[in-house]
Amino acid sequence: MAIDRDQLLHVAHLARLELRDEEVERLGAQLNDILEAVSKVSELDLDDVLPTSHPLDSVNVWGADEPQESLPVGEALANAPERDGDSFRVPPAGS
Amino acid sequence: MIDTLRLTAEGAKRLLETREISGAELFAAYLEAIGAHDEELHCYLHVCDDPGGDGIPIAVKDVIGTRGIPTTAGSKILENYVPVYDATVVERLKTHGLRVLGKTNTDEFAMGSSTENSAYGPTRNPWDTTRVPGGSGGGSAAAVSAGLAPWALGSDTGGSIKQPSALCGNVGLRPTYGTVSRYGAVAFASSLDQIGPVARTVRDCAYLYSVIARRDPRDSTTVDLPHAVELPEGGDLKGVRIGVPTELNEAEGIEPGVAAAVRAAIELCESLGAEVAECSLPLSVEYGMACYYLIAPAEASSNLARYDGVRYGYRTPNATDRLDMYKRTRDEGFGDEPKRRILVGTYALSAGYYDAYYGQAQKVRTVIKREHDAAFERFDALVCPTSPTVAFPFGARTANPLAMYLSDLLTIPSCVAGLPGLNVPCGLSDGLPVGLQLIGPQFSENTLFRVGHALEQAIGFDSVPERLR
Repeated sequence: MAIDRDQLLHVAHLARLELRDEEVERLGAQLNDILEAVSKVSELDLDDVLPTSHPLDSVNVWGADEPQESLPVGEALANAPERDGDSFRVPPAGS
Repeated sequence: MIDTLRLTAEGAKRLLETREISGAELFAAYLEAIGAHDEELHCYLHVCDDPGGDGIPIAVKDVIGTRGIPTTAGSKILENYVPVYDATVVERLKTHGLRVLGKTNTDEFAMGSSTENSAYGPTRNPWDTTRVPGGSGGGSAAAVSAGLAPWALGSDTGGSIKQPSALCGNVGLRPTYGTVSRYGAVAFASSLDQIGPVARTVRDCAYLYSVIARRDPRDSTTVDLPHAVELPEGGDLKGVRIGVPTELNEAEGIEPGVAAAVRAAIELCESLGAEVAECSLPLSVEYGMACYYLIAPAEASSNLARYDGVRYGYRTPNATDRLDMYKRTRDEGFGDEPKRRILVGTYALSAGYYDAYYGQAQKVRTVIKREHDAAFERFDALVCPTSPTVAFPFGARTANPLAMYLSDLLTIPSCVAGLPGLNVPCGLSDGLPVGLQLIGPQFSENTLFRVGHALEQAIGFDSVPERLR
């Protein structure tokens, strides 16, 4: 098994996912199958190969530092689940 | 009477220019077709009112942001999200007078190969409504095939334009990475995502590509095209060197009917004057899936971190404190597939596992890129099936995520390498469309259009689903 229940709950916490018990069972089993399949990459000896993070060879793409109009506050807040004046309202931090 | 099933965008343009029809009549004809068929097919998540004007209508995949028009990415977590700005590609459409017909269905966050992962229910394949249209861009592909749009925009991370086009029998281009702006699109895996056209003909596909492709200062991964897009004209393939990668044409799971249709198309290439020879991509196919299913989830886990219930989208009503709000919002808002990928990605990026998983996958990516580079020293384009199978029945692959992942076995390697790929219909197997995949080196779209157009003319595939003729 690539990942046990405790590890799964730890990863879910890191990803900010509150998994229900039923999901821990089901997704946990699937996750093990997926991790086993993708572990295939370890078969290759690639110590001398450089990683590719991006398919193009672009480096240092600079833009001119010119001030531009930004999104009006009303539009930035238009999709807020909850707002308070010009702010996003969120529940209090936990203890 | 406008026959939306057969009208191409090029044909529509001509009718508009000669004033045989008005823009309003054309838009209304598509709305009528949508009204008649979309209850059954469910290609659209949102249908627009005519914004006016005399341009050609177009459908837009719902992962692409549209100002004032809901954009859900097929997810409950974006259920009520209405963007306050247009994606650059949508600006480009508007600049060219194109009018958005509506937003098309997709697997949630473009993660899937059947649209069965859409939080709003699947799209049906217009050729056989008991089967999937492919995915993730099944809505765009099915809409074009069913005459509910003359053309559409899709997005492709590991095959989400090419594979649904194959299963629905139309033309889809995944452009070279970096040629089309992603500004304003919902990000899935940023080193792989590309926006591209879906159309009924290769010429329409090429034209739409010319509309959307160019550098965008707001997306620093974009570049200028090294040469202008050419609409293909000729019917011969003299001087074109076409490679047939053994592993992509003989992979386990390729249906005999698919292999036969693709083989016949390859023979046709030869008779049209192309030089055809076998070649090999030994590691790309064997390790492509594993490489992709580490890199894409890793990037997805990072991109999807933004859905936190704070600034837009769904927020749980059941939270006690802020951390609880994040976790419940994401559990209630995301479906299974995004959760699986977030978990795989978070695991692959976490301390102690990064080198073995994500780091190693990035090295495999280098190997895959090199294998393709070597092939393109000898060939102008590679051919193989787009999908190992024709459209499959609903539910056939939903119980086993890995079985669904294999739907993209043949599209993934070139996506990982950042290369363009074009799906062209090449025949039927059991009455369902078979797609031929043409892969070229970076920025070789004109070559792919030329080969695709010549084959399209020679094959004479009827893109109208038999049951709708």
